[in-house]
Amino acid sequence: MSIHSISIAVNGSSESLTVPSHMTLLQMLREVLALTGTKDGCSAGECGACTVLLNGEPVNACMVLAVEADGADVVTVEGLAQPAGQGNVEKTLHPLQQAFIDAGAVQCGFCTPGMLMSAYALLQRNPQPSEEEIRQALVGNLCRCTGYNRIVQAIQGAGSRMRDTGSKQEVGR
Amino acid sequence: MTTKSVGRSVARVDALEKVTGAALFTDDIQFGPGLLYGRVVRSPHPHALIKNVNASKALALPGVKAVVTGADTPGYIGLYLKDRHIFCTDRVRYVGDPVAGVVATSEEIAEEAARLVEVEYEELPAVLDPVAGAQPDAPLLHPDLGRYEVVPFIMPKPGTNISNHFKVRKGDVEVAWGQCDAIVEATYRVPHIQHVPIEPHVAVARWEPSGEVTLWSSTQSPFAQRDLIAQTLGISQGDMRVIGPYVGGGFGSKAGVSMEALAVAMAKKVPGRPVKVRMTREEEFFCTFVRQGLVARVKIGGTKEGKILALQVEYYWDAGAYTEYGVNITRAAGYSSTGPYTIPNVRTDSYCVYTNHPVGGPMRGFGMPEIHWSIEQSVDRLAHALGIDPVDFRLRNCVRAGDEIVTGMVMHPVGMVECIQKAAQAIEWGKREPASAPYKRRGKGIAACWKAPAMPPDAASEAWIRCNEDGTVSVGLGGQEIGQGSFTVAAQIAAEALGVPLEWVRISRPVDTRYSPYEWQTVASRLTWSMGNAVRAAAQDVREQVLDVVARYWEEDVANLDIVNGEIVSYHSERSMPLRNVVIHGLQLPDGTWIGGPILGRGAFMPAYVTALDAETGQGERAVVHYTVGCQAVDLEVDTETGQVEILRLAAAYDVGKAINPDQARAQVEGGVVQGLSSALLEKLQLEQGRPKNASLVDYRIATAMDAPRQVLAEIVEVPQDDGPWGARGVGEHPMIATAPAIANALYDALGIRFDDMPVTAERVYLALEESRGRGERMTR
Repeated sequence: MSIHSISIAVNGSSESLTVPSHMTLLQMLREVLALTGTKDGCSAGECGACTVLLNGEPVNACMVLAVEADGADVVTVEGLAQPAGQGNVEKTLHPLQQAFIDAGAVQCGFCTPGMLMSAYALLQRNPQPSEEEIRQALVGNLCRCTGYNRIVQAIQGAGSRMRDTGSKQEVGR
Repeated sequence: MTTKSVGRSVARVDALEKVTGAALFTDDIQFGPGLLYGRVVRSPHPHALIKNVNASKALALPGVKAVVTGADTPGYIGLYLKDRHIFCTDRVRYVGDPVAGVVATSEEIAEEAARLVEVEYEELPAVLDPVAGAQPDAPLLHPDLGRYEVVPFIMPKPGTNISNHFKVRKGDVEVAWGQCDAIVEATYRVPHIQHVPIEPHVAVARWEPSGEVTLWSSTQSPFAQRDLIAQTLGISQGDMRVIGPYVGGGFGSKAGVSMEALAVAMAKKVPGRPVKVRMTREEEFFCTFVRQGLVARVKIGGTKEGKILALQVEYYWDAGAYTEYGVNITRAAGYSSTGPYTIPNVRTDSYCVYTNHPVGGPMRGFGMPEIHWSIEQSVDRLAHALGIDPVDFRLRNCVRAGDEIVTGMVMHPVGMVECIQKAAQAIEWGKREPASAPYKRRGKGIAACWKAPAMPPDAASEAWIRCNEDGTVSVGLGGQEIGQGSFTVAAQIAAEALGVPLEWVRISRPVDTRYSPYEWQTVASRLTWSMGNAVRAAAQDVREQVLDVVARYWEEDVANLDIVNGEIVSYHSERSMPLRNVVIHGLQLPDGTWIGGPILGRGAFMPAYVTALDAETGQGERAVVHYTVGCQAVDLEVDTETGQVEILRLAAAYDVGKAINPDQARAQVEGGVVQGLSSALLEKLQLEQGRPKNASLVDYRIATAMDAPRQVLAEIVEVPQDDGPWGARGVGEHPMIATAPAIANALYDALGIRFDDMPVTAERVYLALEESRGRGERMTR
């Protein structure tokens, strides 16, 4: 086991860290940076609960080594909401977050962070996804509570809200 | 009475925390550098004697702090039947049975050390089938069954593998068969499946040198865990504290005690240090709880007038290595064995059978999805045999208020008829519709269901409400938020009963047995009803205390006072006062003295009316607190070239008594339906000689967003429950019950083929179609 120094931007904040070679990006986020919004559901890249954006692309953070993220730009669920104003503790929810609340797309909440990040990545590359495109984008994100349909509706709703406001609502950069 | 919070589809009180990643789950809690990690050494054999455990190599590994074995945990543990050790002492009974636990400074070291623990076994013949296991000559799993502690309503058969036998003897089925115009018989098989919460089980325990113990766990049952673990490890319940943060899905797998006691036993070896044990996804599939398997033999007969006259069922539950919790599934299956139908002649034998399979435990529906797979297909078969429309047949036989049901209990007011009608109408029952392609077949199917909360007769709830300086109120409760929306419903009930805006209500979380009021367990779809009653009573207690003080202050009759939208008002003098003025500091009288003070409201609820059932006949005055009923109708298409089943429309109607939050009730239905669909079409824990073959999310598929029906129509029926808050009763589990048989009945409608075994995978549909095509070809030749 060797130790590596890495530089990484997480939710827009630059971090210099030393990590062991076998540490995953997920472990680094949760155990080193205490960003526990990103969840560990299987440690095997199968459930999608740990989905984060790595240089804008959705990845399972459990399948990426922390050292591989050296120099990268990472966005987690904690980076979705933006400060409501200068010096303001409160945050403005991302339209996707608000849409998940409004549509009742949250139950136990354990898959929610990963769902939000997959949905965010989808809307960045395809601002007007069809229902089937949304479902396809979510096949790697398992949910056992909601039955998925409200999540699909929430993403459709957020997509149209973001188009109406003419914003891509980019975060974390 | 018009309500302001109850009956409204308000947003969840936990949603903001959950969409921002702030909601704390057990594994999110930071314990600092003192945290140790535990790994479990597990049996590779389905049935064997432990001859020797040698941990010397493991203990020699740097970073290893302790090894725990069965010698450290000699006592038995269990909810209804204490048949299980925390770590095995002399015998292992399933692949995965915990033999030892290793505590180390990192998860990696613990895992390496676990591999270094040497265990010698002497293999024994295994029981791998419940019907064979129930025979007198089967290898015995629990020779000590007769000495285990057991609750009075469970009936083990010492000297056999049957840990509970529940019987119904009602009317005379033998006479009734002679009066039937049609009789159908079939045997159905339901495999083991797993709950697959997205959050795996995790527990952290710390055993203080003082003897106080704290357990943080992802749990549906903080209080049951406190009680059961304290009993087994000789801890005073007063010194045992369980903290239950948000639960990332439970579905029954996190009820009772499954893996949590392992962490506590490990922590005892390293006083003062927290020890974390998390299940890997692989362990999650067979080392916590699985749903029991079932072999169901059903014989049912009726008359050409469309009345079901007689039913005979034998349930052989593949209950696994330990049945401490599962024995009551067997019982629930027995006392609900007719499904939601009034049948005068019933003979039921429900056997809980030990097998060398993973531990069967509670799962959403608690036996009802399994038995309804057989009941609802049998009712459908009988309807077809009698030439009666399946919807019409169900309407003629379903339970109505005042009926004497299977246990002799008189049915309470119930909206079964309305549920069947609504579900059928929603998919345009009776209208033949074309398939979307020549190689596809379309079909419609229906299935009704019922389920009562299965629990000890006196399972209780308690709640408190405290008022804060600004008039906000803190609600203390012991029921868990596992995704079903219990915190939101509790907040709505508190706001309504107290007369304050919903925004003023705070739920005191996490549930912590040191500070939170008692709750038996978050199971059985019982919280809205039982905990809801306790919260309502606590709010009423606050009201009475507040109004008593203000009545004295205003020198008015308390009967004229009310709390409306956070203001205390008098309908007599038309005076008013904000709630915040009185709830902490009391009120100063004209003479300078004070009355009142901090207000704390207390409420409790415990059903007191459930009676015992006769052990030979299963008959009694009142078997259960109530039944929630519902019905599902499915419109589907089958691709005859691939066997793929596509659900076009699924309608589900449930009688919830009163929907405290209609949108949340519908959300429960939508989620339950997809879990039911997933079990019907995809899920089976593959066991070969007791060894799991597909313990990963790649090999054990659950429904994804692609598999969910595009149209789920959830309908709510409201026939009030006499002792529910505003008439409410639970619906959390019920949506999973009717889905699978409704799909099976629709497949029969589409293909003319019955699928008696779950799951109905595309491969099985394709092979069944091939077989029927082969028969057809042979017949034409």
